[in-house]
This record gives sequence, C-alpha cells and structure tokens, in this order.
Amino acid sequence: MTIEELERIRTEARQILAERGERFLPDGELKPPRPGEVRVVLRNCGQIDPKRIEEYIAKEGYFALHKILNMTPEQVIDETKRSGLRGRGGAGFPAGQKWFFARQALASRPAPADGAPPAYLICNGDEGDPGAFMDRAVLEGDPHSVLEGMAIAAYAMGATQGYVYVRAEYPVAVEHLQTALPQARRLGLLGKNIFGKGFDFDVDIRIGAGAFVCGEETALIDSIEGRRGEPRPRPPFPAVSGLWGRPTSVNNVETLANVPQIFLKGADWFAGMGTEKSKGTKTFAIAGKVKNAGLIEVPMGITMREIIYDIGGGILNKKEFKAAQTGGPLGGCLPAKYLDTPIDFESLVAAGSLMGSGGLIVLDENDCMVDVARFFMDFTQDESCGKCPPCWLGTKRLLEILTRITRAEGTEKDLETLEYLTQNISTASLCALGQGSVNPVVTTMRHFRDEYEAHVRDKFCSSGVCKGMFHYEILADTCNGCGACRLKCPDKVIKGAKKAVHEIDQANCIVCGDCYKACKFAAIAIRPRPTPKSKLPECG
Amino acid sequence: MSMDLDAHRPALDDIINREKAKGGALIPVLHQAQELYGYLPKELQDYIAEGLGVPQSTVFGVVTFYSFFTTKPRGRHRIGLCLGTACYVRGNTKNLERLSHELGVNAGESTPDMRYSLEVCRCIGLCSQAPAIMVGKSVHSKVQPDQVADILSQYE
Repeated sequence: MTIEELERIRTEARQILAERGERFLPDGELKPPRPGEVRVVLRNCGQIDPKRIEEYIAKEGYFALHKILNMTPEQVIDETKRSGLRGRGGAGFPAGQKWFFARQALASRPAPADGAPPAYLICNGDEGDPGAFMDRAVLEGDPHSVLEGMAIAAYAMGATQGYVYVRAEYPVAVEHLQTALPQARRLGLLGKNIFGKGFDFDVDIRIGAGAFVCGEETALIDSIEGRRGEPRPRPPFPAVSGLWGRPTSVNNVETLANVPQIFLKGADWFAGMGTEKSKGTKTFAIAGKVKNAGLIEVPMGITMREIIYDIGGGILNKKEFKAAQTGGPLGGCLPAKYLDTPIDFESLVAAGSLMGSGGLIVLDENDCMVDVARFFMDFTQDESCGKCPPCWLGTKRLLEILTRITRAEGTEKDLETLEYLTQNISTASLCALGQGSVNPVVTTMRHFRDEYEAHVRDKFCSSGVCKGMFHYEILADTCNGCGACRLKCPDKVIKGAKKAVHEIDQANCIVCGDCYKACKFAAIAIRPRPTPKSKLPECG
Repeated sequence: MSMDLDAHRPALDDIINREKAKGGALIPVLHQAQELYGYLPKELQDYIAEGLGVPQSTVFGVVTFYSFFTTKPRGRHRIGLCLGTACYVRGNTKNLERLSHELGVNAGESTPDMRYSLEVCRCIGLCSQAPAIMVGKSVHSKVQPDQVADILSQYE
C-alpha cells in the first residue's frame, strides 16, 4: 500500500458514498446528533457500511496511520500526551503516558529469543458495565477506526501483535471485526511492513466468556492467556510485565477510536474540547427513566442536567427525577443537587461516583434506592472473582443485609454494619471491582439515608418497590371516579360507582401496581401498611 | 451424565490441533467445542484437557469461572432475559416472572422437551430498547409481560 493507492481508494469510495447520498443505517438506536452533541468517536457510526473498508477510507480512514509512520514513536507519544487523551474505560489514565511506560520497559529488556512479539497492544472491548454500550456501537459501526487506533498505539509503544478482546454477548461486533481484519490485511494496512515503513503489526480477536472482572486489565490478560480471569497485584504494571510477561498496553475501545482523529486534526483541536483536566468528548449511554434513551457523545464538562433534560428530553411520564446512576456497578447514585456539576473524571470521583465507561441510568421517584443498591450488590457479588476474601465474602454479606432490609427484616444495627463493611471492603480489596463494589451502597446511604431509615424503622418503601413494605391508597379528595383503576385491576378489588370516589379492598389486594400506573390524576398514593407484612426467611 | 463424543470428534480434533499451536488456546477451544456440542460435560472437558496437554482441573476451573460456558445441555432456543440496570428499572423482572410461569421452569433451567432454556443475563447492550429479551440471536425490545406468550410462540 502506498499513499497514492490509498488516495485513489478514497476518491472512488467518496464517489460511491456521494451516490448513495444518505446514512448507511436508517435511524436506529444511534440517532443523528442532537443539538449539543459533538461526534468524534461515533462520527462514522451509522454513516458508513462497517463491512466495507473503502467507506472508512472515504472518511479519511488510515490516513492518520500513514501520517504517524513518518513520525518517530516518541513524537507520537508526545503528541498524544499533548492532546490530553485519557483512558475512556473508566480510570482516566493518560493514554500517551501508558504507551511511554511500555516503550521505556521495552527498551530496557532484551527481545524474546524465540521470535515472539516483544510487546503487545490490547484493545479492551469487554464492556461489562450494565447500562453501557458505546463500545459495542463503535465495534459494530466503525471497526476500522479501532483497528487504526490500535496500529497507531502499537507503533508508539513498540508492539507488533495486538488483540481485541470482545464480549461473547456482542456477536455482531465480533462478526464485523472478523470481516474488517482480512480487509485491512489485504490492503497491507495490517501485517508486515505497513506503508513500506518497516512497521509490522497484526491483530487477533479474543472472545470473552462472560466474566465482568475481565474488564480489569490484569484479569483480561489472564483470560487471553487461557486462564480464569483473576486480577494480579500491581506493580508490576502491564506496561512492564503484561501478556506472557512482556510489556503490554491495554486501551479501551473508545480511547483507541479517538486516536486517528487526534492525528488527523491535531492535538490542539482535541485539547480545545472539554475541561482543564478532561479533554475531548465522552460518549454516554443514557437509559432508564428518560424520554430519549440512547447513545450520545458530548464534550467533557457538560452538566448532567444538559444531558438528561436538553439531550435526553427529560424524565418519562412526568415523574420526578430522583438520581442518576453513573459508572456502572462500581459507580454511584447522584441526587438532584449534582445535576449542575460539570461532568469530568475528577468531579464524578469527588461526588463519590465514577465516570466508568459512561453508562448513565436515570432513576425516578418509583425507584427505591435501597433496592438499587441491592441490585448492584447482587451483580458484584456474583461477579467477584473469588481471589480476595474482603471482596468475595464482604459483598456476599452486604447483599444479605440489603436483601434483609428490602424484605422488611432490617434493623438499625444493619445500617451500622453496612457502613463498617463498606469501609473495610474498599480498603482491603486488590482490584477496582472490590474497591468500587461498595460505591452504590456508600452513595445511596450518603444521599438517601432517609430511605434506608424508613426501610428499617417504619418498614416502609416510599418508592413502592419493596414488596410487603407499602400499599396503595386512593386519595378521596383527588379521585374523580373515572374508573380507570377499577377496570385495570386484575383481581377486581377496587370498588366505586362512576364519578364517585373509589376504594381498594386492602385485604384482597395483591399490590401489583396496575392501578397506580393506570391513574392519570395522581389520585393513588403509596402509603405504609398498617402492619408490615414480612416474608418468611428463606432456608439456606 | 453420558454423552456421545464421537458425534463431532473429527471437527473437535481439528479445532484442538489448529488452536494448540497458539498461546492461550483453552478458551477459544472451549468456545468452539460448546458451539459443536451445545454444552461442555465432564467427558468433553477431559478430552480437551488431554488434547491440549493441560490438567483437567485447569479446564474445569476455566469452565466454571466463565458464565458463558455451561455443563448442562440447553434447549433449542436459548432465551436470554437481560437484567442489566436499564432493563431492571424498566421492569424486566415482571417479564421474567411471566416467562417462568409460561414455561414452567426457573431461570437457569430448560423445559423438559428441550425446546427452550431460560437464562438471565447481565446487559446485552440494548439499554435504549429496555426491557429486552434475546431468543437465540433475535432481539425483542420494549417487551411487556402480555407479549411474552406471543414471543414464545414464534420459536418452534
């Protein structure tokens, strides 16, 4: 491949794109950009056919790779550092710095005697956070941008072999990568002596097998080596001793997809977006109780209010915003007072949450915060790899306590125990999973203490989620007797004449909530039960 | 549990021989073996251990660590009900109850006629279309409990 050939392919493919004239995909889950959005990572998603490398080339694809092969690896690292690009997987480590460390480690060690690759570049596509799907969108919609980013990163750090580690749950992403790789090899954009500049780099796909912890870089390396994914202590960092003991850089899909654009448009362009310490854009997957759920890409530093109300269209069904859950199961729940905080890596950590991979789940007044904490604990306790006792024993105990509280069996002592355990688990666990596992509990206890207290003291769940801890009452002064609830009730326990106040026969009500949803006049309220009905404890 | 290893033995040997040369062959081999046989019973695990020259305990350790691998046979149609955060808050537990009721099995089980198996999974990345259910590779989005029976009837 030469630059002239690449330009020729670009000209031809542009012609084809011009004739097609419109988006490759009709509006699906990735809508055209809404006001306030800036698309860098998602720029090509839905616009081009991800199975045709020519269409990527039409969008300046692989031109950045050609450009950087005329620079020294050190210059590539410096330019990346100058752009301020930080890891999009959650921790926000500067990408250039990571490559610098790997390059340094590589220089201080002899090459492997058996001709094995001296260093590795791994693309982390093990997007395990429930509620985040930007990596899937990029791998499915624009796989070549990730491959080009990988090649640039590999050149900078000195790797000759790369791996893309993708979740097994993403069959389409795997398929599109499997199509993309031979195309890039055929054009000589991967393989030996790329662009005749003496740079060798090839990529292999590794498919995950359903373990959340494998998103942690050292566990991911174990998994590629064919073992159970259990995080290792750091140091040594993967940059020094990673895959098969060689210097390795593990970068997130979104991070790598940013890289070609940084070299096409320049570090200054990238650094011109975002906040002082968090540059560029970030994709967010907004979901939950929000009108326009979906994937968006916005400059760092935007506020949660802008994301949820301006871009997301506000809360569904005119309900009240209660919290935004960011950062996945290791992140936290932020209440309304954080709506105007600019979102960047530091501000979210300061608020007790995480940027994580960018999942943002909106919760409304009908979401119980204790139950949400229990939900996440159920997840992390299941996904704890079993290496460190504080994590695998601790999350189990936290789950038991939270389950007890949501079954009206909690005591005030339980709240103290939760606080004590969360402190210990986060201090004593080895990896981010154990340390972060307590965040949903810590943040909900900090911001929604009253809900916890109502659960243990009054056995009342004011959100109407925890079974047996509330019932529905029809408000006599609001009910206009429209009869919607009576018609909807599956057990026919609502009585009332037309245009007269209705009433629920509490003794026979199964508290299914259909009436509550059916009422258009907010005349049905969630109230404490006169005598809380606790469930029998389960055996075992 | 007994199974017929011979059913796909040539293909299995091919997989083992092809992957063996590369590093970290175990997980790719398990993926492909599960694709062939549908599940990974003890006999199959031992055969793979022998073929790759790794201890049986290592194979067992890996199979039980990763949730994607199963040691029990699955139904013809694998129903994956998502209980990721978005699907959870949008009420997929109600769909789970309904599915479980319609099929007469709990999550993690298969129907006696091996037509369906019901599994709960953690986020399949369809958060904007929550609550979501996958049957095989087909996606059903924004599912309401009343649609469950209809969805099931689409799969023979």
